Amino acid sequence: MNQRSLVVISAGLSQPSSTRLLADRLSAAAVDQAASLGVDLTVRVVELRDVAHDLMNHMLTGFPPAALKDVIEAVEAADGIIAVTPVFNASFSGLFKSFFDVLDKDALVDKPVLIAATGGTARHSLALEHALRPMFAYLRAVTMPTSVFAATDDWGGSEDLLHGRVDRAASELAREISRREPAVVTDPFALTTSFADMLGA
Amino acid sequence: MQFGIFSVSDITTDPTTGHTPTEAERIKDIVTIAKHAEEVGLDVFALGEHHNEPFFSSSPTTTLAYIAAQTSTLQLSTATTLITTNDPVKIAEDFAMLQHLSDGRVDLTLGRGNTGPVYPWFGKDIRAGIPLAIENYALLHKLWREHTVDWKGKYRTPLQSFTSTPRPLDEIPPFVWHGSIRSPEIAEQAAFYGDGFFANHIFWPASHTQRMIALYRERWAHYGHGDPDTAIVGLGGQVFMAKNSQDAVKQFRPYFDNAPVYGHGPSMEDFTRETPLTVGSPQEVIDRTLGFRDYVGDYQRQLFLMDHAGLPLKTVLEQLDLLGSEVVPVLRKEFANLKPAHVPDAPTHASLLAAKSSPEVSVA
Repeated sequence: MNQRSLVVISAGLSQPSSTRLLADRLSAAAVDQAASLGVDLTVRVVELRDVAHDLMNHMLTGFPPAALKDVIEAVEAADGIIAVTPVFNASFSGLFKSFFDVLDKDALVDKPVLIAATGGTARHSLALEHALRPMFAYLRAVTMPTSVFAATDDWGGSEDLLHGRVDRAASELAREISRREPAVVTDPFALTTSFADMLGA
Repeated sequence: MQFGIFSVSDITTDPTTGHTPTEAERIKDIVTIAKHAEEVGLDVFALGEHHNEPFFSSSPTTTLAYIAAQTSTLQLSTATTLITTNDPVKIAEDFAMLQHLSDGRVDLTLGRGNTGPVYPWFGKDIRAGIPLAIENYALLHKLWREHTVDWKGKYRTPLQSFTSTPRPLDEIPPFVWHGSIRSPEIAEQAAFYGDGFFANHIFWPASHTQRMIALYRERWAHYGHGDPDTAIVGLGGQVFMAKNSQDAVKQFRPYFDNAPVYGHGPSMEDFTRETPLTVGSPQEVIDRTLGFRDYVGDYQRQLFLMDHAGLPLKTVLEQLDLLGSEVVPVLRKEFANLKPAHVPDAPTHASLLAAKSSPEVSVA
């Protein structure tokens, strides 16, 4: 089995949250689907709540405190991302956006990302297509065609429609991860040009 | 090893009194601070360059010349001189002039500054920050070493048979440090020329500084200037002291909480843990500062930020008293004991002149 890493970003605020619940369903499905493709996916779940203060401090000081730095490095090194946010005011939550605001502009380039969101009713579902998808397009991530929205009803309904969407999105993510080489992290302190070239430029 | 202070020249309201110094006050105060640095036994005073409020120091060589006239041993430096937006011809001339006036007590630290909008104010393109730093310094380096210069580059008009005046004192260019927080190109530049590298160090995690210094030392050796541990390294630091730790914390907290750069962000406790900021007793400052050596190796220059965040002049002078009487004498002794004999001191005009007149003695 090939080893690959998956980082799951959950921006849920309550504990437990339906956002985390959806994130867990998606990551479990992704692990299963990846296994069927011969990929052993190691999962790290990040609750943004745990680094919420660090995020604001990063914005104010320009550098990430240790715990946040660790999360950022995990995301940069990840072979795939699952990003789940509650819908606030017709968009992602501020906490969710803040995390992606402090990432390096190239951190997600060509990285498979599965986007998902939660909300009270299905009326909020298009926030995925109008807010999350454009942001990840801007970051040049490879966003899965299937995004997953879970409303309150989805958790209580007898007919498990959510299950099918979760599996479809997870299989898309597993396929994108399995067909790529492992993620390579660029060292920000590495020189890319010789000094002679810089002088001659 | 050299010890001193550096100022970013901010004009900040004192949060405990609501008093905002005028430009006139701060400019006169900085002269008093620099003179006091010499009085308490420090070696170096370095001044920043900014071209926007709330900073006052747009013309460091003017200020440094005025300070030079009122001091006798103090080494005058910058923190930093903008190599990107200043014309290298003017830098060459201003600092050579200052060398003559101060009898050679001058070096300078080149940097790119932290203010994006400054580029267009001087007709430069912010997207070319690094290339400007590279090209401008190549010209500056030449102007100080060759009498008559023909030169053509991308970012300024060509020069034909140009001589910058006055010539460097004793034909010895001022020693140059290159400052950068996290651009490996600048560490490379310092290593290429065999110049010093100054890590700002404050406001940033030590891991940044460690990586940059390691890169600079490795490249210093690569370019044949000597072993990595003979490279010339300077560090910033930020401290606030009182006889006992609790008083320092209590006195500094309102300044920390409202400071430019980090105020209203992390707690002082978080920030002292994450960055080299030390708020405590002189002994704590000694211990922390000696610890810098653990991750950068033996180094040549330690500058402290003391006049920041609205601290009143009286407090800054008291801080300098503590630094000069209780901290620096111990650090001087301890660092000297730890430093192997082959690790050089930071070059000064005197040491470079001595090396020039006795060519067998090699000085970095």
